[in-house]
Amino acid sequence: MEMWFSDIHTPNIKLNIRVKKQLFSERSDIQQVDVFESDDLGKFISLDGEVVFSEADEFIYDEMVTHVPMAVHPHVKNVLVIGGGDGGVAKELCRYPEIEKIDVVEEDEMFVYVSRKFFPETADGLNDPRVNLYIQDGLKFIRNKVGEYDLIINDSTDPFGPTEGLFTKEFYGSCYKALNDEGIMVYQHGSPFYDEDEAECRKMHRKVFRCFPISRVYQAHIPTCSSGYWLFGFASKKYHPLKDFNPTKWCARNIPTQYYTTNLHTGAFMLPKYVEEILKGAEEEK
Amino acid sequence: MSDQTKAPLYEALERFRKQRIVPFDVPGHKRGRGNPELVQLLGEKCVGLDVNSMKPLDDLCHPSSVIREAESLAAEAFGAANSFFMVGGTTSAVQSMIFSVCKEGDKIIMPRNVHKSAINALVLCGAIPVYVNPEVDKNLGISLGMEPAKLEQAVKDNPDAVAVLVNNPTYYGICSDMRSIVNIAHSRGMKVLADEAHGTHFSFNDDLPVSAMSAGADMSAVSMHKSGGSLTQSSILLLNKTVNADYVRQIINLTQTTSASYLLMSSLDISRRNLALHGRESFRNVMEMASYARGEINAIGDYYAYGKELINGTSVYDFDVTKLAVYTRDLGLAGIEVYDILRDEYGIQIEFGDISNILAYVSIGDRLQDIERLVGALDDIKRLFKRDKTGMLFAEYIAPKVEVPPRKAFYSEKVSLPLKEAEGKICTEFVMCYPPGIPVLAPGELITKEVIEYVRYAKEKGCNIQGTEDFSVEKINVLR
Repeated sequence: MEMWFSDIHTPNIKLNIRVKKQLFSERSDIQQVDVFESDDLGKFISLDGEVVFSEADEFIYDEMVTHVPMAVHPHVKNVLVIGGGDGGVAKELCRYPEIEKIDVVEEDEMFVYVSRKFFPETADGLNDPRVNLYIQDGLKFIRNKVGEYDLIINDSTDPFGPTEGLFTKEFYGSCYKALNDEGIMVYQHGSPFYDEDEAECRKMHRKVFRCFPISRVYQAHIPTCSSGYWLFGFASKKYHPLKDFNPTKWCARNIPTQYYTTNLHTGAFMLPKYVEEILKGAEEEK
Repeated sequence: MSDQTKAPLYEALERFRKQRIVPFDVPGHKRGRGNPELVQLLGEKCVGLDVNSMKPLDDLCHPSSVIREAESLAAEAFGAANSFFMVGGTTSAVQSMIFSVCKEGDKIIMPRNVHKSAINALVLCGAIPVYVNPEVDKNLGISLGMEPAKLEQAVKDNPDAVAVLVNNPTYYGICSDMRSIVNIAHSRGMKVLADEAHGTHFSFNDDLPVSAMSAGADMSAVSMHKSGGSLTQSSILLLNKTVNADYVRQIINLTQTTSASYLLMSSLDISRRNLALHGRESFRNVMEMASYARGEINAIGDYYAYGKELINGTSVYDFDVTKLAVYTRDLGLAGIEVYDILRDEYGIQIEFGDISNILAYVSIGDRLQDIERLVGALDDIKRLFKRDKTGMLFAEYIAPKVEVPPRKAFYSEKVSLPLKEAEGKICTEFVMCYPPGIPVLAPGELITKEVIEYVRYAKEKGCNIQGTEDFSVEKINVLR
């Protein structure tokens, strides 16, 4: 039997993954949720036909959105994770004993359900007593929060689908308001490579750059993403991702990782010329 | 009750498509083959249905088969005796109502806050308006409904008037006491015409205000393309049994195209079916979404999203809760400014902004996540754009002084003057903000200082002012 899952990257380019079997397929109130099993990526989840989580590369996301801000901000107590229903980010955050509260806001209950059912190890992050899981629209949850968080991680990946509200000026503005004066927001910045992705990436930077005093972008290699090359945003009211970076302190924690290192931290902010130009263009736009 | 699951016109088009008939008739693009770029834009299915009237597809000007059936189903769905599919927008429906009951010199009673299409009709047919000045909510700066007591007076003063035209509801969702209005008018032998451009949905959910047809009005123009879900420019004219439908057809055919678009007509047919079958539930949903948004917006503070609390028994007899109008002046921002910020900064297009309010159109196509975006954006606008509100103009209703009937004024000898020098002159053309398209000045009205100031302020805030022969609205035509 030949069964292939196609992840459409552009109208003309797709990533094909040979599937051993389909483990789950249902439509939630919000989106189509599917879980597949494959040889090379292990089990993976697709939402509305796009891979959002795979056993093979989810560690890259989770580590990069967690350790980068945690190695910069000197004392994080309250964290908000938006769209982290798989528990992966919460799991990484739980490695930091000084964190007192982790609010995870996931819009789709079914996503949490499949994560717990098929990826119990990752979803274990949701079981820590410091974690509060809210099934709610992210924009709505954050709207009334003022100065509550030290760190907000936006784990939503898709600026086009049901989570598009989490890539808007109103969302970034609400995040700014929900953070205290030293707060940091880390978010998925998409891929800069293909045209449509590039345009969205540019728009995103334009919005955040105008919203936060410090706004920098860093990168990672993530095989299942569009073009395999992915960016993250680091927006901050006080701390600079490199000038306030404290590698010695972080290394002393002895946190086990597979992707993140303190060397890579610095390197991740060194971007290719064409990406620098996209960002510079977005900053200079009227 | 006939079968509302049927969509005769749509079904006829489907049959026609399968027959693969070779076209040696118009339109000349021949199912798109002659215009590949158009096909690229609209899709093959769409251009394939852009056909001319022919026997199997009936003829809008003289309907005898599938269009007639579709119209009769629509009439039934709306509780009317007859209906006409309209392809010239609700403008054409409003004008056909007026042309059907008014001849030159006839008086028609109406509120002044009507859509320009109604006053345009007076220019065309020569009827004379008798305006019932609506009460204005001083705080919100919006015109309210038609009060029965004021209508009673107008009817007494003008026993020779032939009809009463009423908005049901206004753009902002304000409803008048339709049943009393109908009683007052009918007791004097006057017809009642309802502009229901913003009330198409009233016929499909009992928790919404009463529809003109159920209140006993004689004719009603319903914008199917607004809350009904059909394509832009399609509309329906409804008739009660008190009106001679054959005469109305003649009137419609005076100005209606003989090449009516089947895209528009089939969209009416499908939308009517959808409303009849699912309207109740759909509009319950819309009401819930709008009410939710209202609560959330009011919780932000400095915004006032108004609702049924405005109801006062007279000038606000009922309120259409699907209308999400928000008062923004407490924020130090004119509605039109919030309207522009929403589009330019947040990528959100709303229906319109006036001097003091914005209106977000909530409909059967909305999703809760989009409502969250709107609320989130309003919240963020408060954070970033709020400013001192001193010096903002109160948008008050400016009672018109009608000196000359509209038709006479429009066709009189005139001169063009700079607007700011035109105080005290009589205007011969329209001035309005669009949207909402309610004239600030209509032909025959006195140009006052207040009007000049209003236009200057609205322009400065970014309203789209139009209507004058002078495209830039710097100059205005006045009676010589």
